[in-house]
Amino acid sequence: MAEAVSYKSIGTRPIRPDGVDKVTGRAQFGADQNLPNMLYGRVLRSPHAHAVIKSVDVSAALALEGVYAAISGADFPGPKGGALGGEGGGDVSDVAKNVMARDKALYHGHAVAAVAARSQKIAEDALALIKVEYQVLTPVLDVIAAMNEGSPLLNEKNFTKGLPEKATQPSNVASVMKLARGNVDEGFEQADVIVEGEYTIPMAHQGYIEPHACTATVNEEGKATVWCSTQGHFEFRAMTSKILDMKVSDLKFIATEIGGGFGGKTVVYLEPLAIMLSKASGRPVKMMMTREEVFRATGPTSGTVCRVKVGAKKDGTLTAAKTWMAYEAGAFAGGPIGPGAMSIYAPYRLENFHVEAYDVLVNKPKVAAYRAPGAPQSMHAMECAMDEIARKLNMDPIDLRLKNAATEGTQAPYGPKFPAIGLIECLEAAKVHPNYTSPVPAGAGRGVAVGFWFNVGMQSSAEVRINEDGTVTVMEGSPDIGGSRASMCLMAAETLGVEYQEVKAYVGDTESTGFCNVTGGSRTTFATGMAVVQACEDIIAQCKSRAAATWGVDEDQVEWEDGQAIPAPGTNADVKPLSLADIAGNAAKTGGPLLGRASLNAQGPGASFAVNLTDLAVDRETGKVDVLSFTAIQDAGTAIHPAYVEGQLQGGAAQGLGWALNEEYIYDANGVMQNAGFLDYRVPVASDLPMIDTQIIEVPNPSHPYGVRGVGETPIVAPLAAAANAIRDAIGVRVYDLPLSPPRILKALEG
Amino acid sequence: MLELNINGTLHQVDADPSTPLLWVIREQLNLTGTKFGCGIARCGACTVHLDGSPIRSCVTPLQAALEHEITTIEGVNATGTELHPIQQAWIDLQVPQCGYCQSGQIMSAVALLRDHPSPSDEDIDQAMSGNLCRCGTYGRIRQAIKQAAGEALAASPVQTFDPEVNHHG
Repeated sequence: MAEAVSYKSIGTRPIRPDGVDKVTGRAQFGADQNLPNMLYGRVLRSPHAHAVIKSVDVSAALALEGVYAAISGADFPGPKGGALGGEGGGDVSDVAKNVMARDKALYHGHAVAAVAARSQKIAEDALALIKVEYQVLTPVLDVIAAMNEGSPLLNEKNFTKGLPEKATQPSNVASVMKLARGNVDEGFEQADVIVEGEYTIPMAHQGYIEPHACTATVNEEGKATVWCSTQGHFEFRAMTSKILDMKVSDLKFIATEIGGGFGGKTVVYLEPLAIMLSKASGRPVKMMMTREEVFRATGPTSGTVCRVKVGAKKDGTLTAAKTWMAYEAGAFAGGPIGPGAMSIYAPYRLENFHVEAYDVLVNKPKVAAYRAPGAPQSMHAMECAMDEIARKLNMDPIDLRLKNAATEGTQAPYGPKFPAIGLIECLEAAKVHPNYTSPVPAGAGRGVAVGFWFNVGMQSSAEVRINEDGTVTVMEGSPDIGGSRASMCLMAAETLGVEYQEVKAYVGDTESTGFCNVTGGSRTTFATGMAVVQACEDIIAQCKSRAAATWGVDEDQVEWEDGQAIPAPGTNADVKPLSLADIAGNAAKTGGPLLGRASLNAQGPGASFAVNLTDLAVDRETGKVDVLSFTAIQDAGTAIHPAYVEGQLQGGAAQGLGWALNEEYIYDANGVMQNAGFLDYRVPVASDLPMIDTQIIEVPNPSHPYGVRGVGETPIVAPLAAAANAIRDAIGVRVYDLPLSPPRILKALEG
Repeated sequence: MLELNINGTLHQVDADPSTPLLWVIREQLNLTGTKFGCGIARCGACTVHLDGSPIRSCVTPLQAALEHEITTIEGVNATGTELHPIQQAWIDLQVPQCGYCQSGQIMSAVALLRDHPSPSDEDIDQAMSGNLCRCGTYGRIRQAIKQAAGEALAASPVQTFDPEVNHHG
């Protein structure tokens, strides 16, 4: 563990810069732009889960008074291929066909046409006038059945990728991925205990409270301006450019405040449609999804089947692990099998392992990233298996994990050796935490699980401008979901040596700041933060140069300390220190305004581990589960703004518990989701959750100037298994399938 | 033309009387602080007050709001220059994460404190469980309501684990 460093700004808890706007209703979100002459766009969606689209006729809709534009798949340019960046996954041509179906509707709710009209009501009425001729096909809904030879196919041109030999027959399996080391057969022979189980998790939605929304306006030169709720306006611009065959420079994307994303707002749905409708009508077009559309047509995360087998010696040493997993991709390739397979064994030193994972097309919405995409599902299976091993060995579950825990130098299952990581520190903190040492309440069970996420780096840009009074403006391009503007201000204040209150950070639009990848992969505080720090270092270098010119000394005779230029020790100059305000105020005479900048592709994001503890009570009459306590312990590297790190831990726990206990996509035999609303898709409410307790562990990430690790995604990984293990503890029976809803628990209790 | 009293101002509205109040407020009167979340009164993002009581504007027809006083988030701090104690508590305890649901949360909390100046945990759960927050800020909301109600609280928004406090339900 690196030595503790003392910081002035970092680690403090100042009030967030967007606080006032977010409690007064002033903050502008995706649907909050109202422009003169604005129209409302609406989407017609397929009533079939699987069908050939034989024809689409929008003429009657266009003829309705008040309708200004109507489009369908035929109006789009031929899709361009190419991989999507960030966490979006998949291919641009698939996203283009997901935005608007062309020859086939691949899920119930797939967009087939869109209109723009003077009012929401007229737009809704117009949809009913669009004539679509379908040839209905059998829907493919079960991930295992979809893999069978002879299953109906979603895509006749899909040949499985990742096989040792090139596939010769089309299939619903989009790709397969294998990771292996050592010899699992020998490993299992060395084991004293072996546990096996098949764990299933249903599709679940990110459930952000703000539905997707945008407003687009296209001028007579064909230049488009789009306000939208997005995790990455630069990537939205890139996708839209390819989908609509427009120049990047003809697209201006403005990221509004974002009402939750959790991975789900990393990919376009409405924006290309709004641009086309605006172009066709010559008016601004606002589009807002309904909640039902959000559930039916935007990316949930994959439902999964994980078959896991783990062996261990009597002393708890793991000897082998083998896993087979299938992930629902939805209608197009791109289920998160890579991260699912690479994360499953990541917390442990394991010499013999094998994991194979299948990305499977089914007639459900195309999945999108959801907080640590792929990891909650696979690690739920592994962490339940670890719990079963601890039970068989009559060993403390934290001791079992400590016995096998990965540490600095351990070769991760996905290749590289871990630099400094905080798993052992998290486990040791858990072991002495009151949520672990206090007696388990009567009628309840206690669960433990480990969580992990890789975190990512990727591209970021930042500018730091020193205003003429010495105050600081930070401009960067990462939409702020969890308080990142405050974190940028703290890192800038720390680097420049000024007070937090002197710094204001802004998320610029695509024309006012440099490219940034999506706010995803827990990368923003790490990577964009690194760019901000470097831009501040650029400012410091310029300030030293200005001071040297003012004083008539060499640049290397100037040092920067506590926000001011001072002469280096031994420098023969009778001068007073120059503050940032002094230098900025005199900038006209020393070379002009102070503008620092940095752009980078950040390396070394640093994995973040977590340990979760929970006490759950089960009502044996009704099967209802009450969350009595929940503690999230996680390595944040360095917590730049601890209150927001705690917020991430609490939010991930709330979502993870919802998924574990209640949330699931329920389909009928025709592939129609039966619970596409908050009435039946039940996310946690205030009375469902206790105060989520948190403990931040700080093992600094050696790759970041202040030791930052991303913290946003790891928190959702462990709650699934922590809850499942607590219920196992409470009722004495393992329930292998999520969610752990009352009917399922009652069934388990009945045996 | 229909006459609608919002935040103490009379507005002339040209809309079908069956139009949900939410859309009149947001799209015609441009008071966009009130949010759409579900359209079926299950998330609370659209909460406004009708004569001081919280209602879900996404399922309330415009007709039902005529001849009543409607208050939106924009009208909560009646002076327009100072924050309502609930808003201040929200800021002090760093409640908002993404912030989208918070207009509705605050409208529910303001009504709760009006009826229960010193609410118990049960009062809070009952009043606030119709307002969803996907960022998981419920614990902070509970603390902010108590702070606004005048209860002394520790400075940290996160409690140290205490089985007596944390074990609820």
